[in-house]
Amino acid sequence: MGLLRVIQNYLGRSIDPQKRREKKSLQEKMEQNVMGLIIMVAIVVSIGGIVEIVPLYYLDSTIEKLSKEEDSIRPYTALEQEGRDVYIREGCYLCHSQMIRPFRDEKERYGHFSLAAESKYDHPFQWGSKRTGPDLARVGGKYSNAWQVQHMRAPRSLVPESVMPNYAFFEENIIDENLTEKKLRALAMVGVPYTEADFAGAAAAVHGKTEMDAIVAYLQVLGTMVNFEKGKDYRE
Amino acid sequence: MNFKTHQEVDTVVESTPENPNYNMTIVKAFAVCAAVYLVVGSLVGDLIAWQLSFPALNFNEYMSFGRLRPLHTNAVIFAFGGCTLMATAFYIVQRTCGVPLWSNKMAWFTFWGWNLIIVAAVISFPMGWTQGKEYAELEWPIDILIAVVWLSYMFNFIMTIVNRKVSHIYVANWFFLGMMIMITYLHVVNSLAIPVTLTHSYSIYSGVHDAMIQWWWGHNAVGFFLTAGFLGIMYYFIPKQADMPIYSYRLSVLHFWALMFGYVWLGAHHLQYTALPDWAGSLGAAVSIAMIIPSWGGAVNGLMTLSGAWNKLRDDYVLRFMVVSLAFYAMSTFEGPVMSLKTVNALSHYTDWTIGHVHSGALGWVAMVSIGALYHLIPRLWNTKIFSVTMVNTHFWIHTIGTVIYICAMWVSGLMQGLMWRATDDYGNLVYTFAETVVAMHPYYVLRSVGGLLVLLGALIMLYNIVMTIKGADQSNADESKPAAAQA
Repeated sequence: MGLLRVIQNYLGRSIDPQKRREKKSLQEKMEQNVMGLIIMVAIVVSIGGIVEIVPLYYLDSTIEKLSKEEDSIRPYTALEQEGRDVYIREGCYLCHSQMIRPFRDEKERYGHFSLAAESKYDHPFQWGSKRTGPDLARVGGKYSNAWQVQHMRAPRSLVPESVMPNYAFFEENIIDENLTEKKLRALAMVGVPYTEADFAGAAAAVHGKTEMDAIVAYLQVLGTMVNFEKGKDYRE
Repeated sequence: MNFKTHQEVDTVVESTPENPNYNMTIVKAFAVCAAVYLVVGSLVGDLIAWQLSFPALNFNEYMSFGRLRPLHTNAVIFAFGGCTLMATAFYIVQRTCGVPLWSNKMAWFTFWGWNLIIVAAVISFPMGWTQGKEYAELEWPIDILIAVVWLSYMFNFIMTIVNRKVSHIYVANWFFLGMMIMITYLHVVNSLAIPVTLTHSYSIYSGVHDAMIQWWWGHNAVGFFLTAGFLGIMYYFIPKQADMPIYSYRLSVLHFWALMFGYVWLGAHHLQYTALPDWAGSLGAAVSIAMIIPSWGGAVNGLMTLSGAWNKLRDDYVLRFMVVSLAFYAMSTFEGPVMSLKTVNALSHYTDWTIGHVHSGALGWVAMVSIGALYHLIPRLWNTKIFSVTMVNTHFWIHTIGTVIYICAMWVSGLMQGLMWRATDDYGNLVYTFAETVVAMHPYYVLRSVGGLLVLLGALIMLYNIVMTIKGADQSNADESKPAAAQA
């Protein structure tokens, strides 16, 4: 109780405004100078972000180094990228994560934990924050194309417990091939290593394809680009 | 305890007669918008809650969960929360500085600009125009508009403070300033993207870097937009409604700077055990724990302001909203740090527990303190009495019960989800398939939808009460002016 009283006294002690004005503390000055306050706040709120974000760009350990045998990480093909755009448009990330954590149950259920390297070409990242549905980081190759198509059309026809919306309309929507090259060029601008050949072949690669073709192509490539070496520890 | 703090001395100007040049019309406009958007935001929220309970409610591609969920989050955060912040900031800054707004024209630009952004959001989310980053889904042309309108809001606010007639800047205004500065940073940095078309773009960041920047934004949208700004509301409206000075000036200084410094670090705790390097997640978690102190500093300062005036809670329903909001604030700012601990996060992450935590903050703290502020503002702005006190009381109970149902449902379903996912039998095999865990969630999803429905009902009651109050005020003003006109 004694300590409580000391704290109460400290917090509640009256501060004579006259006294405060005679000997100005930094706080006192800032309360009377809005520009000072703004600058001080701007500095104080910058620190945390700088300390946490900037090192991620220059520390080599941020993205794992993989050997040639392990590393087959490549930019998405034109069709896969179109599928990824559909995935983002429909807000799939709001119910499905793409980030497997290093726990036994997640290894059992989804496979090897995700590496930072695996999403290095993902603009924006789609790790997600919620699993209303299962994680999709390694869904590629787990089901057949036919299963994926039927599951998109009517999820409950395959998984009666599912609460996923039906996406049958994907089959009716033809991809706008005029935009595909522009999309790849925009991604190239932010560092995805597409080549001139990719740009040239973009329209042809998606010609006549539906959104269903695209999203299935995207799902089938997820998590398949690293050949994990058995027993190797990828995270120290 | 009857000590006068310096704040009380410095804000004596508030008891001087109303300055007739104060721009209260802009405050009225934002306040009414806030009440409307609370209805809209909780309507969409409750619809998507029912969709998770009964997936047949995903009527067509424009009304599927994935497209409406960003509409819900953006409507409650930026439409309802934003309009509340703009109404209260413009009200508080004029009254605590003793001067009218620096520019009325700019204030109206902020008003129409902000509403234009909201209309654009209502169109673009059902169309699927999104950047795919949580709470920052709006596409680049709208992002640019947000930056411009936000800066106009901030500039007007700052210039009004520059013009002030009092020597000290009142504590509520520090919090508003902190929010405005940080949100500018966050919004601009996180939304940087390369456009493809008017409705499509790609974030300039990728993978792990994008994740860190996104959650630096995500958690500080909570920490600054939904906390610092609403603490500004708390620091003005609680002392006003209770007619008591702020409990401790020192505590407000202490927790203001701690909050400004500390909140920024927390984003990394959303990425525990992911491919984000361990040091960043741990740093985020460590600071998260420390954040209990400044957060509770604010809650204690608000609650202790009532010491000696607790009896007012008996019949002051507006004050009840504010006090309960602080209780929820204290609870969710304790829960948050606990959830950022690695061992707890391993269980809680990806589950409904997170959703429950967000809503204890959003429905319990943000909505309740805003509703309290709106009930305080409306009668004063229209110079009348609230249409129905009974309705305010009904709203209080219906909102509180709805919130508690919501949070409890999500606690149970979140814990269950987490435990069922990791359950293994004696041979190390998983006990449950994913589909089995989805079925197990169903009763709690229904319960959550009912809780949300109560909140929506409460919002409708408030809107009706506000409309009737304004109608009544216009009526009595007309009655008063008639005899005067007849005499003339």
